[in-house]
Amino acid sequence: MQTSINEPMEKTGNASQHATLIQPLNGQSLNGVKTHISVRNLNISYGNSQILKNVSIDIPDKKITAIIGPSGCGKTTLLKTFNRLIESSDGIKIEGEVLVDGENIYGKNVEVTNMRKKMGLLSQRPMPLPMSIYDNIAYGMRIHGIRKKSILNERVTYYLKQASLWNEVKDRLHQPATKLSIGQQQRLCLARGLAVEPEIILGDEPTSALDPISSQRIEEKFVELKDQYTIVMVTHILRQARRIADYIVFMYLGEIVEHGPAHELLENPREEMTKEYVKGVIS
Amino acid sequence: MVLPLRILLDKVAGKSVLCLSVLIGSLLFLIVGGLYFKSLPILESHSFWDLISKSIWKPGKEQFGFLPYILSTVYITIISLTIAVPLCILCSVYLSEYASKRVKSFVTSLVDILAGIPSVIFGIWGIIMIVPFISDTLAPAFGQEDTTGYSILAGGLVLAIMVFPIVIHIMLEVLRTVPVELREASLSLGANKWETIKKVVLRKAAPGIIAAIVLGFSRAFGETLAVLMVVGNTALIPHSIFDAGYPLPALIANNYGEMMSIPLYDSALMFASFLLLVVILIFNVAARFFMMRVERRMS
Ligand SMILES: Nc1ncnc2c1ncn2[C@@H]1O[C@H](COP(=O)(O)OP(=O)(O)OP(=O)(O)O)[C@@H](O)[C@H]1O
Ligand SMILES: [Mg+2]
Repeated sequence: MQTSINEPMEKTGNASQHATLIQPLNGQSLNGVKTHISVRNLNISYGNSQILKNVSIDIPDKKITAIIGPSGCGKTTLLKTFNRLIESSDGIKIEGEVLVDGENIYGKNVEVTNMRKKMGLLSQRPMPLPMSIYDNIAYGMRIHGIRKKSILNERVTYYLKQASLWNEVKDRLHQPATKLSIGQQQRLCLARGLAVEPEIILGDEPTSALDPISSQRIEEKFVELKDQYTIVMVTHILRQARRIADYIVFMYLGEIVEHGPAHELLENPREEMTKEYVKGVIS
Repeated sequence: MVLPLRILLDKVAGKSVLCLSVLIGSLLFLIVGGLYFKSLPILESHSFWDLISKSIWKPGKEQFGFLPYILSTVYITIISLTIAVPLCILCSVYLSEYASKRVKSFVTSLVDILAGIPSVIFGIWGIIMIVPFISDTLAPAFGQEDTTGYSILAGGLVLAIMVFPIVIHIMLEVLRTVPVELREASLSLGANKWETIKKVVLRKAAPGIIAAIVLGFSRAFGETLAVLMVVGNTALIPHSIFDAGYPLPALIANNYGEMMSIPLYDSALMFASFLLLVVILIFNVAARFFMMRVERRMS
């Protein structure tokens, strides 16, 4: 994958004509935006039903990418292929490649735990681990071999601050995490994910269980974090995608219908299906 | 003023449910009270402390030392807990976390069949398999040559095997209630499967797992028959796991309705039942206390 430095520059001219910002099978995409995750011809099926059909997509580095689409179209499934969580489902068949930083994570020599560590995950319902607030954050670090109390203390504090949770919990770090409110729990999960120093944050409708204020805080956090992390989030809420996403991937029945920069896809969709979805005709 | 029917019904339903609960709750007190009342004769002639701390059992001479029975009961329970608890946890963890769907449903149905086997079959099986195995192989290996094999170890083993099905069944249910997303949360932080099971799944399931063990053993205490068949029934304090013992349920089942000519014997057996009930209650309360502590720490 060699790329000449001026190659992206040359191509910027016709980038606006290409509605697809991302050019497949190239480590470097147009506009000089680097690709972080590339999915190549991914097919996923449970038994006889095919869930993802020949999906190919590039996720840009250090941007917020939103995956939208009607319920059951395979958004969660696609997201779970990024960190190979999909494998643990019974009777699943996976074909194709997912490249993270150019390396196929489904390759033979990939160490799954190291690969997963690169990605923080926020689920639909916040899932604090059955332990204290402190231990929730320290859990990942301990697993990866950090034992020194002083380092742990310092980092727990740091990441709780990163997730804007520190002020609310600093006096009760050793209480069970389940005692927190749902919104606080989701921020705790964010802090916990950040603590293993990932490059990517995956969110599966991370705000759907939260109240408006808590949702807003997560959204603000995402916008703040995108300087340092690649963020991929599934969302049902079109307005949310409009507010914070840089890129949007629209899926329908296991296929990617359209993808591109957020404003283009939302204001000026090329496909009929996307138009209808954006207008709210299908949902 | 006439109350509408549905409000009336609601009140009646509420009251009758309350009555029933009180009734069921008081049943326990009735049983404990009844047994205590029936054992009063022996308590009048012997002190409570003497009864539970003396070890000589000669009903003909009015010597009633219950210590061998109590200790046998406790030892057998400890032996079977030590065998059953780790095996049940490992087995249910394997079935719920590692086994494929097919293996899981196959083994689960086997376990359920096991649950339906009458305890006398387990007793017979203990006599033809476990007892000879202990006397011919296990005990000599530990330098004990002259054992019959009828021992508290045999009793503990049979008891452990009998509680397997129910405990595993409940544990599987408990593990199923741990959300998939919780496992995924741990995996996504880079934990491997075993770390996830040990530090997250089992922790989350801990109160339920303890409940499964308590339930299994509360039932198993009552499964007198199979244990009685392999334990040797000798009223001496067992000093090793290869010694014979005589648990309380066996004492009651073996002797009730016989030797009633001996004075106080009837009352002594009632006292044995009373003690058994107390042992079970203590076991339950201890487990509940433990469970509460675990729950407070975890969730
Ligand atoms: N374990 C499974 N076994 C069989 N089919 C499954 C399994 N998990 C998901 N599916 C199917 O895969 C399809 C896609 O599911 P997925 O969860 O990816 O949808 P989604 O787009 O995330 O939907 P939602 O917006 O409702 O969360 C659905 O039709 C679903 O029924
Ligand atoms: Mg979903």
